[in-house]
Amino acid sequence: MTISLKRLFQSALFSSSLLALSAGAVSASCGDIAGRVSVVGNEFPAIHTVTKAAATCANDKVTVKANLTADHQKINLPGMQGNPAEYTSAIVATSSITPLLNGNVIRPLDDLVAKYGQDIPKRQLITVNGKVVAVAFMANAQHLVYRDDVLKKIGMEPPKTYEQLLEAAEKIRAAGIMKNPVGGAYATGYNLGLEFINIYMALGGELFKDGTPTASVKNDQGVAALELMKKLTGYMNPDFLTHDSNATSAEWEAGNVALMNMWGSRTGVLMDKQGSTPEVYENTKVGAPMTIAGGKIPATTLWWDGWTVARNISDADAAATFVALKTGTSPAVLNDTTMSQAVWMIDGYKPAPVNQGVMMTMASGAKPYPMLPYMGLLHAAIGENVARYLSGKADAQTTLSDIEATYTAAAKEKGFLK
Amino acid sequence: MKHKTFLWFFLPSGMAMFLFIAMPIVSVLTQSVFAPHEQVIREVENCTLFGCSKATQIDQEATRALREAEPMGRFVGPSIYTDRNHLAFAEVAGIWRNASGLGNFFGQVTNLPFYDALSFTLTYTALVTPLSLVLGLIIALAVNGLPRLFRGPVIFVSLLPMIVTPLVGALILFWMIDARGILGAALQALAGDPGLSVKASTPLMWAMLIVYGVWSSAPFAFVIYYAGLQTVPGDTLESAMIDGASRWERIRYVILPHLLPLTTFMALIKIMDNFRVFEPIVSFSAGAHAKSLSYFIYSDLGGETRLLSSAAATSVLTIAGIIVLLSPVLVRTWHAFGRVRA
Repeated sequence: MTISLKRLFQSALFSSSLLALSAGAVSASCGDIAGRVSVVGNEFPAIHTVTKAAATCANDKVTVKANLTADHQKINLPGMQGNPAEYTSAIVATSSITPLLNGNVIRPLDDLVAKYGQDIPKRQLITVNGKVVAVAFMANAQHLVYRDDVLKKIGMEPPKTYEQLLEAAEKIRAAGIMKNPVGGAYATGYNLGLEFINIYMALGGELFKDGTPTASVKNDQGVAALELMKKLTGYMNPDFLTHDSNATSAEWEAGNVALMNMWGSRTGVLMDKQGSTPEVYENTKVGAPMTIAGGKIPATTLWWDGWTVARNISDADAAATFVALKTGTSPAVLNDTTMSQAVWMIDGYKPAPVNQGVMMTMASGAKPYPMLPYMGLLHAAIGENVARYLSGKADAQTTLSDIEATYTAAAKEKGFLK
Repeated sequence: MKHKTFLWFFLPSGMAMFLFIAMPIVSVLTQSVFAPHEQVIREVENCTLFGCSKATQIDQEATRALREAEPMGRFVGPSIYTDRNHLAFAEVAGIWRNASGLGNFFGQVTNLPFYDALSFTLTYTALVTPLSLVLGLIIALAVNGLPRLFRGPVIFVSLLPMIVTPLVGALILFWMIDARGILGAALQALAGDPGLSVKASTPLMWAMLIVYGVWSSAPFAFVIYYAGLQTVPGDTLESAMIDGASRWERIRYVILPHLLPLTTFMALIKIMDNFRVFEPIVSFSAGAHAKSLSYFIYSDLGGETRLLSSAAATSVLTIAGIIVLLSPVLVRTWHAFGRVRA
């Protein structure tokens, strides 16, 4: 909670600086554009950096405003359905782009790229069916975060597999260093769903029957994933079903946890000097994500963050939005402060130690999070039902059937399944 | 009152009721029998930072034709009401055929999401409504017995739970019952179990939500009962005292019957309130242990892919549930009204 409050203040500060920037009308080299730029996106430091830099394009012909909030997913689709759309751009990630694609509210960017974006490196262009739909500017992933001092005390190397992590956890507990040494964002719903997906995919599980919208998680990998999760929760704070990423970070900063699978974008907070003691932040290290049962795929998914341009706006507004956000994600935004905020996919980026985890994840052969129209429905079904398994209300087979049944009912309603 | 005068008197309220009550109900009813079109899916290749992969996409051209033909969506009749995520007719029938006994039957039925939410909602309503009324009455009687000087401050303090925003009040309790919070640690010490966690146990979580419900809604009952107590006729009480009635007998035979209409009124309000319990579940992050019908609607609407028809169907079922629960009280009020007129 303290963290989100801190964020709230930061966001208030940032938004006011944003307004000041647009009022100041310091026009950067944005070229000949005129129109309205209105961005909606998630709220964390790297995105503030992007929208602040985009706002330097504001002048008497261009207005730039940004609405950055953790609730962006609830408002971006309705905010882009109108004509003209309220938001000319949504900053999205691997999963949050699918509702916008499903709703057909973002435009293909090929002609804008040809006209204004020749200098954007090809790898940053996200394409669906050969059409550019978004421009990525950063990567994110979950990976190992560990306490160096605690592992040294028990004489173990940072774990490379979940089996080693369980062994280390047992030793830490046995040595009386920590009661519940493992952390994890296991809050019922989205967080828990993602942890299952990470582990299930690392075990070689396929979420859908070969390319169809039919879910298939009721198999040996599904059972193995649930059993591993149950073992892990045995070393977690008993309240794990209420711990989202924020609460898990707070547990870490309080020095209660020594091993966890955590977002790269959050490690900066864990390693800075705020909210914790030197013993904790000086010994917080990141490592590659872990594999399971001798498998090669690590238990994590790769994510990108990028910007889109709305469909229901005038071509002038679209061009202004494209140019402003291109400016916001150009190599010029990288400096000493912004460099460590994310794993930037921008030319000129030099990884800071805090970003090594994501770099290692990208090199480790991790799979990207599936970008499928019906993925959100399955993710939600998993998040709900795995909680019932972990709290002992249902066995593994029932849980897996329930996931499929919950998904099937929702997918029928949405018209994905007949 | 003349009919014409009455009509003009009632018209503004009638219009408001039509706009703000009837129209939304019609809207959710409509929404619940229509669902989005069948999506035309095609295979595509997606390329991201992490390489290219086979994926699927909604064919917007093909889907647009369907959408323009039927702008309301696809008419599905009651099929959303009967699917697994709502009333689950097929599943319940299957469980009925295979269940080994009544206990087993109910155990399996409450594993279905809608009945899971319904069972908590009903338990919550059935316990919080009477308990908060009784607690409110006790506080009212106690405050009424205080010397006038102390009444003001005591009333203020008793009202605090109602003044605090529900979300905030529940959060405060949530932190107190944390394994390292004051109540959580006290419970561990009392039970002699250092691993005890309220947030990890379904029965304790239910108990906590119900405690919160009583704590937050007792002040409402207290205020109404306290106001009611000021209207108890003094001479009836005095004559009861002269007849030798004890304090309990005075409460039982004079005060309680006098407060009965108030109790009916509050039961009506509180049943409606408690049946749509929502905030404490969010604040307590209790979704793993307890879901209510409102929470069910909230998670349908809050997901990455919004399930509007499902949320609408649950809303209609919630309205139906409130009508069923209120009917005994309404019938009672109707009879009472009839008696007075006769």
